[in-house]
Amino acid sequence: MKTNDVMLQTVTKVVTFIILMFAVHIFFAGHYTPGGGFVGGLLTASAIVLLMLAFGIQKVKKIVPVNYVVMTSVGLLLAIATAAASILFDVPFFTHAYDYFDLPLFGKTSLHSAMLFDAGVYLVVVGVTMTIIQTIGEDE
Amino acid sequence: MSLVLLIFLPIIAALFIPLLFKKIGQIHTGWFVLLVPAALFIYYSTLLPSIAEGGNRVSELQWIPSLDIAFIAYIDGLSLLFSLLITGIGALVVLYSIFYLDKYREQLHNFYVYLLMFMTAMLGVVQSDHLISLYLFWELTSISSFLLIGYWYTRDRSRFGALKSMMITVFGGLMMLGGFVLLGIMGNTYSIRELISQAPELVGHDFFVWALVLILLGAFTKSAQFPFYIWLPDAMEAPTPVSAYLHSATMVKAGLYLVARFTPIFAASGTWVWLVTGIGLFTMLWGSFFALKQKDLKGILAFSTVSQLGLIMSLLGVSAAGFHVENATEIALNYAGFAAIFHLINHAVFKGSLFMIAGIVDHETGTRDIRKLGGLMSLMPISFTVAMIGAFSMAGLPPFGGFLSKEMFLTGMVALTEFDLLSMDVWGIMFPVIAWIGSVFTFIYSFYFVFHTFAGKHKPEELPKPAHEAPKGMLISPVFLAILAVVIFFIPNIVGEWLVKPAVAAIQPFMYDSPAAVDVHVAAWHGYITPELWMTIGIFAVGGLMFWSLRKWQHLYERFPNTLNSLYDKGMFLSDTGANRFSRTYMTGFIRSYLVYMFSFLVIIVLGTFVLNDAFAIDMNNLAPVGLYEIVIMLALLGSTLTILFSKSRLTAIIALGAVGYSVALFFVIFRAPDLALTQLVIETISVALFLLAFYHLPQISRKEERMRFRFGNAVIAFGVGVTMTLVALAAHSGKALPSISEFYKETVYTEAGGGNIVNVILVDYRGFDTLFEIGVLGIAGIGIITLIKLRLAKKEGQHENK
Repeated sequence: MKTNDVMLQTVTKVVTFIILMFAVHIFFAGHYTPGGGFVGGLLTASAIVLLMLAFGIQKVKKIVPVNYVVMTSVGLLLAIATAAASILFDVPFFTHAYDYFDLPLFGKTSLHSAMLFDAGVYLVVVGVTMTIIQTIGEDE
Repeated sequence: MSLVLLIFLPIIAALFIPLLFKKIGQIHTGWFVLLVPAALFIYYSTLLPSIAEGGNRVSELQWIPSLDIAFIAYIDGLSLLFSLLITGIGALVVLYSIFYLDKYREQLHNFYVYLLMFMTAMLGVVQSDHLISLYLFWELTSISSFLLIGYWYTRDRSRFGALKSMMITVFGGLMMLGGFVLLGIMGNTYSIRELISQAPELVGHDFFVWALVLILLGAFTKSAQFPFYIWLPDAMEAPTPVSAYLHSATMVKAGLYLVARFTPIFAASGTWVWLVTGIGLFTMLWGSFFALKQKDLKGILAFSTVSQLGLIMSLLGVSAAGFHVENATEIALNYAGFAAIFHLINHAVFKGSLFMIAGIVDHETGTRDIRKLGGLMSLMPISFTVAMIGAFSMAGLPPFGGFLSKEMFLTGMVALTEFDLLSMDVWGIMFPVIAWIGSVFTFIYSFYFVFHTFAGKHKPEELPKPAHEAPKGMLISPVFLAILAVVIFFIPNIVGEWLVKPAVAAIQPFMYDSPAAVDVHVAAWHGYITPELWMTIGIFAVGGLMFWSLRKWQHLYERFPNTLNSLYDKGMFLSDTGANRFSRTYMTGFIRSYLVYMFSFLVIIVLGTFVLNDAFAIDMNNLAPVGLYEIVIMLALLGSTLTILFSKSRLTAIIALGAVGYSVALFFVIFRAPDLALTQLVIETISVALFLLAFYHLPQISRKEERMRFRFGNAVIAFGVGVTMTLVALAAHSGKALPSISEFYKETVYTEAGGGNIVNVILVDYRGFDTLFEIGVLGIAGIGIITLIKLRLAKKEGQHENK
């Protein structure tokens, strides 16, 4: 008997976006309020897991065609590149820089190189979590 | 400088040996090797005149200047004598080996490389003035001897003998290193000359006796003294040139050299005199007694070597006794040092020739079993003559060199009875008695060796090969040595002047200022009244009588078991299987056992530290008030923890574990750690899901529901660990010494780092390094999981693991 998942799938379509938006919010808010790359990444992964639960792993792979191992590597590279970039400016390894800019639409905003590092953390967390879940899920 | 380089000449020459062997195979490689010891012998001979006048040569090559380690070649009378022995006998042995070893069947390149390596090592030992380089060469002799004994490595007995000698001599070598280091600490220098010059100050030092005993252990193991002699008979599995060179003339004398060299430092100690004299004399008796038990020609010679080394050792001990009397040069004690060196020369001469004869007999008849031999006198006349000269010299008969040194040995031993220090007045009489009995047995085994091989009835049916005289080349070396044994008898004072006296002056600097001051005159005839003459006559009479009746009582030897050898064998067996069995008692292979060890030791060490240092403290002042929420969450936490422990089903335990995790997240909330709470909630969810996954895939058989079995030991250890960690936490909390660094973070989080969330700013900015590697850890975990799962799949598809 084939199960009818229409309720789950419909709700998922709505909820996924809410979770993703929340994840992005928590990621960006990390420097001033609770949150950051780690929790943001976990929440993003949980949104994708929800998709997988509703639609199955194969379909989600088509919807989100991401190689998570590559994603992990890119995250690690980004993190270490951010840390190493400070050497170019003749300051010790892992020195961050930040300043305030007037951006259109956002107004006065601080831009901080720590955010790039956090983005690396984010990518690694999403990549690793999804790698684990996907690998175990596909295992027979 | 050049003297140091000369030490290394043989080993450098050894580099070319394999090339010569492979490229110029038609000429026996030994001919090239012969050049090295011969050239060195000639060079060292040129030093004789200046050394005989009391001079010396020093040359230095820095090795590790910052640690004060150098190669220092110091040549005085003692070193020169040994260097001449090493190169002289070395040349003769190489010459002998050219005819002994077949150039087509033997691996000559191995043989000569080892032999030259040994030569360098030996020259280094006797010329080194630096303790550390002396030790280096000392171990090199052990290693090259090991290689030479195991030369025919396909034979079981060879490997056994090589291993045994290695174990014993390296044991002694390591002990000796300990003694050297202690000496170095005591004198603050590693130079033997400098140590000798400050010998009077060293005597009272705490380490003095330790250094003495350790260095003696090294000397005794190398020189095959009781009870370490057991390796020497087993080393007879080596090719005969090796036995003749290493195990009679040179390596076994390294221990004697060591004792002689350190006599000026240690002579002041009565322990030294007693140990060296006592052990030496006992070894002499023991070795001569058991030599008669041997059935193998080389076995007899091995025990006789042990015995003769004991004799020389005891004389060196007596020469140290000369330190303790004012007028040592007046009384007969002054004979001891001279006799030791003189006998050392004699022994090298006659024992080398005897070994070569044993090799010839083996080579020409195919056996070394003395029961099968006999009546070779007419078939091998030259060998017989040489053997007879060697054996008579060993027995102490005139007109051979051994007679003179045996006389002086008896003189020295008799002198001990007149010596009234170091409680010699009570025990001193023992020495001449033991020496006399040992000499009687020496006399018997010397005759046993010659006459049971060459006299009696010829038994051609028992011999593997028809016996005939050896080729001329093989006879050159033993004949030369035999002639030397006779010549020494007639010119003892010339030998004394050139070789012995400079060496004695080096051993007994407290008695003689220069070699010329050594006022010993060797005479073949002492006159009628001296006791040693009557002792010698007694030796001949009793020895002759006992040899005549040897067949009647030799079977008594069967009643003496090889206690020391079986002790060694059992010791090796026990240390091997015993260590194995011991390891198996605690290395059970169960992780449970190892965890028990770890946790028990954690508890013991931490609680022990508490008790020993009286370190436990509780300070209740600085505690925060406990609120209602904390109590409620605490109870939930306790309840779920207990559920994990006592639940029957694993599923319940997993859920309870989840409850623990969420309670902890709640704690984070009320202790105001929102980031931690967020992360804890998500991570707990994921890990519970993974636990469920693992549970789902459990095999049916282990999904059977049962309570965790109660083990009292586990409960005690768990309780102990819990109590320990609680106490540690309480004590740590009470003893807070420094203010926290977090104030700095609070103040600078906005001004310096441009952020508001301290936790996140610490993670990505202040201490981003940790985070960098934590995401590295995550990445590794992810890759690890992929590898585990995918590789397992690949294995399932392929039939073979390696596909």
